[in-house]
Amino acid sequence: MKARVHVMLKNGVLDPQGEAVRHALGTMGFDAVTGVRQGKVIDLELADTATEADVRAMCEKLLANTVIERYDIEMG
Amino acid sequence: MRAAVVVFPGSNCDRDLAVAFERAGFQVDMVWHKDANLPDGIDIVGVPGGFSYGDYLRCGAIAAQSPVCRAVAAHADRGGYVFSVCNGFQVLTETGLLPGALLRNAGLKYICRTIGLRVTTTDSAFTGSYAQGDEIMIPIAHHDGNYFADDDTLRRLQDDDRVAFTYCDNPNGSIADIAGILSENRRVLGMMPHPERAAETGHGGTDGAALFSALAGAFVTA
Repeated sequence: MKARVHVMLKNGVLDPQGEAVRHALGTMGFDAVTGVRQGKVIDLELADTATEADVRAMCEKLLANTVIERYDIEMG
Repeated sequence: MRAAVVVFPGSNCDRDLAVAFERAGFQVDMVWHKDANLPDGIDIVGVPGGFSYGDYLRCGAIAAQSPVCRAVAAHADRGGYVFSVCNGFQVLTETGLLPGALLRNAGLKYICRTIGLRVTTTDSAFTGSYAQGDEIMIPIAHHDGNYFADDDTLRRLQDDDRVAFTYCDNPNGSIADIAGILSENRRVLGMMPHPERAAETGHGGTDGAALFSALAGAFVTA
C-alpha cells in the first residue's frame, strides 16, 4: 500500500522560496503568474495494515510542523 | 556547576559551546544523541548550533525525535535550564519546548556576519548581567532564522516579557525582530545568534561572555 503526503506552508505564512520562483518566472516573461507556493511531496510505502489514521499521526508528529505547515493525505 | 552539551550528527558548534561553559566555570559533559539519559546532577543543558541530521525534512525535525531530546524535555519539565543556539533553537521549537518556528530567511540567503542585538529583558538567568536595552554585537550564521509565531503566541511572548533578544536591524524577516525567546518558566532560552562565538577576545568580540557569566552566577547563588 502507498500513501502520498502533500506538505504546504499554511496560508499567511510567508514563503520566500515560492516568492523567489514567482519573481524568476516573471522575469522570464511568464506574466500570467501572480503567486507561487512551494511545498513538498512525501511518498510512503506502507504495510497493508496501515490506515489513514496512522499516516495522520506520522504527519502530526514528524512529517509536518503544524505550527507553520498543513498537510493532505492521499491513500492508495 | 555542571553543564551538558548535546551532540547530534551534524552539530558543529558543540565544542565552542562547551568551551564557553568551561570558561565560565562549568564542568561540561558531552552527550551523544543516542543517549537516553543525561548525566546525574546536570544544572543546564546546551543544545548547540550546526546542521543536525543534515537539516533533512526540516531544520531540527529529526533531532527533535532523538532519544537525547526526550531526556532534554524531561529535564526542562522538571524545571531544569536549557540554553539553545541556532540549530539548537530550531530543535527546541520542533520539540515544542519553545513556541513558534524558524522559517527560511526572508532574503533566501545564508547569512554569516556579526549583527547588533538588543537585550529585551534582563529578567532571566541568561540575560541578568546585561542592562535592559543594551546593544550587543553577536555573530549570526543561519539560513533558516526567520522566526514565526501566530498572533496569539506573539502577543503572549510580548505580554509575558519572554522576548529575550531582538535584532537592531532585522536580517532575516523574523516577526517583531525576534532573535531569542524564553520559555514560560524563563529557564529555557532559544536564540539564533551565537554568543559562544563572541565570548573571548580571540573571537573578535566578547559581548556574549556576559550570558555565560550570568548563568554561572545564577548557579553559584542558587
